[in-house]
Amino acid sequence: MNITRSLLAGAALALGLAGTAAAESHGGPVKAGFIYVGPVGDGGWTYEHDQARLKLEEHFGDAVETIYQESVPEGADAERAITQMALSGADIIFTTSFGFMDATVAVAEKFPDIKFEHATGYKMADNLAVYSARFYEGRAVQGLIAGHMTESNIVGYIASFPVPEVIRGINSAYLHAKEVNPDVQFKIIWAYTWFDPAKEADAAKALIEQGADVILQHTDSTAPQAAAQAAGNVITFGQASDMYEYAPTPRVSSIIDNWAPYYIERVQAVMDGTWESSNTWDGIGPGMVGIGEITDAVPADVKAEAEALRDAIAAGDYHPFTGPINKQDGSAWLAEGEIADDATLAAMDFFVEGITAEIPN
Amino acid sequence: MDLGQINPILLIASLMVASTPILLAALGELVVEKAGVLNLGVEGMMITGAVVGFAIGVNTGAPLMGFGAAALAGAALSLLFGFITQILKSNQVATGLALTLFGIGLSALIGKPYVGIKAPSFPRLDIPLLSDIPVLGPILFRHDLMVYVSLALVVAVWLILARTRAGLILRAVGENHAAAHALGYKVVRVRLAAIAFGGALAGLGGAYVSLVRVPQWTEGMTAGAGWIALAIVVFASWRPWRVLLGAYLFGGVTVLQLNLQAAAAQFPLASLPIIALLVLFWDSMSQQRRGLPLSTRRKVVYLAVVLVCLPATFLWWNVWTTFKVEFLSMSPYLVTILVLVLISVRGTHGAPASLGRVFHAST
Repeated sequence: MNITRSLLAGAALALGLAGTAAAESHGGPVKAGFIYVGPVGDGGWTYEHDQARLKLEEHFGDAVETIYQESVPEGADAERAITQMALSGADIIFTTSFGFMDATVAVAEKFPDIKFEHATGYKMADNLAVYSARFYEGRAVQGLIAGHMTESNIVGYIASFPVPEVIRGINSAYLHAKEVNPDVQFKIIWAYTWFDPAKEADAAKALIEQGADVILQHTDSTAPQAAAQAAGNVITFGQASDMYEYAPTPRVSSIIDNWAPYYIERVQAVMDGTWESSNTWDGIGPGMVGIGEITDAVPADVKAEAEALRDAIAAGDYHPFTGPINKQDGSAWLAEGEIADDATLAAMDFFVEGITAEIPN
Repeated sequence: MDLGQINPILLIASLMVASTPILLAALGELVVEKAGVLNLGVEGMMITGAVVGFAIGVNTGAPLMGFGAAALAGAALSLLFGFITQILKSNQVATGLALTLFGIGLSALIGKPYVGIKAPSFPRLDIPLLSDIPVLGPILFRHDLMVYVSLALVVAVWLILARTRAGLILRAVGENHAAAHALGYKVVRVRLAAIAFGGALAGLGGAYVSLVRVPQWTEGMTAGAGWIALAIVVFASWRPWRVLLGAYLFGGVTVLQLNLQAAAAQFPLASLPIIALLVLFWDSMSQQRRGLPLSTRRKVVYLAVVLVCLPATFLWWNVWTTFKVEFLSMSPYLVTILVLVLISVRGTHGAPASLGRVFHAST
């Protein structure tokens, strides 16, 4: 048994799994595996997941062992990568991109004794939990700053894929930009990638050339920050990670994903034998979404307003999707004072009224 | 259709920036293939150039040093390919593919400490007076040095290949290495020199991505540009000016599709079938002008293209409204495929006769 296991682990290592050798026996440390969509050095999404993995190691010391595989393509190849990780003796596997959903479901079926955790998805099973963060809360704060700061009234948005999480972000940012600046217009480019620095840079340049002086991004690299810096007079927001190396301008604030507390809690549950499949969706309040420091490039009154919004959301006094809100086609969605329910938000496939772009099918 | 938001002057200027990496790499590969060597390792040499250029650029603070180092790194890597294929006589296709895999892995290793670091700025070189000309100024004379270098290299490669003795020898080696050898030319040496030149240009192209276009280092950042460069050499029928055209066309469609998305414009690819028909028309006219009859093969292809294009134009609108963004995203590749098909229809490819063949001095 041990020999087979070590051999399999060895094969997996040779095939590109980074990390340490397999656990010696079941009495050994809990082994946590991570599947990343980009390189750990993307400076954004995957970087933050990996930081959380490191904090996990720090927290548990020898009691936990972690392995990861980076730059795993979404699609058929993901299943192979997750299977390999399962075979290498992982006790719990975190798959950290929406596009890993079906692959995770398939592998979870084959390995009922291993716990799986899929980020930003919605398909669950007895051994498959889902977790995500309410990034749209951070988007509301960004939208408010963007609405105040834009002089051309054009906000550029680099979107990745037309999935609910991205659409939610666009809607939330737009609603709060529009609230402080009724003339604001959103230009949206669908990059169809989470991570392609050259394409992200080109998209940012195209938006800037068409008059955008605020760039929001839902892709993972810092390339749009660099493009904005080169253009001058354009502001951006760190995405997933603080991206503070681009502060005070172009980066004026950021949404920071903080996965460490969740990972520590879930691995603890595996150790205690109390792990259960669950659906976690936390926001600014519990600390899963952080708002990066708002720099001095933002006027003090705007900064104060943004921080008040952040605090109201954190305290639960305000929900970014509070009616009256109409859908893009003019039909009513939320009545005055009505708050969106989580099910609608999780499956959001429409823009709100005022956005002129279309959602690709 | 709201194309008014797209500024054509800025569009052309950014098209030139987006095209420069593939232009450099394709131009290098053109010289390599003209010497009769097929090096499929362009992607690997580009990404190695990207990381070495970035590393040296960051450490010295001088982007030009970075470009120089990238050219050296690309040349060094290509000489590895040259040694294996020319001295050890290995298969060029397999060796080239291996070079790409090697380059991608090597660059990831070298690049680890440089992730998340900012590039030194590479200033635009506004040419005095000329850059103030309306329209032409912003398009042509407000770029960084490397854009001018890439254009100068197109002219230089064309001049050397077409007008000099050295170019003649290089082409002779590529067309018939046995004859060139019989005349006393050092086939292997000429080829090694061409391979090194190609590697240097691929390295420059890669460094342009990491130092100017993006500018930062991330793994796998060339994202297939090397393969596009290879396609452009075929597209160009091994002619330098057409390499320029091909690179700018590809870069142009890439930039245009992003701009069209941002402007939420409705127009573009419906015109593709129409362009295809126009190219057919131009092709038949040029055949007539040369006094050549239309071959049966040509007529069959004409018929096929017309049969596909006409319904496509009519059907387009329905499909278009459904898959607009998807089509836009794939349009650079669609256009490349379309043009490659049309070029191959024209029959004479202009491929060097000894391309990819192993040279044995004894035969």
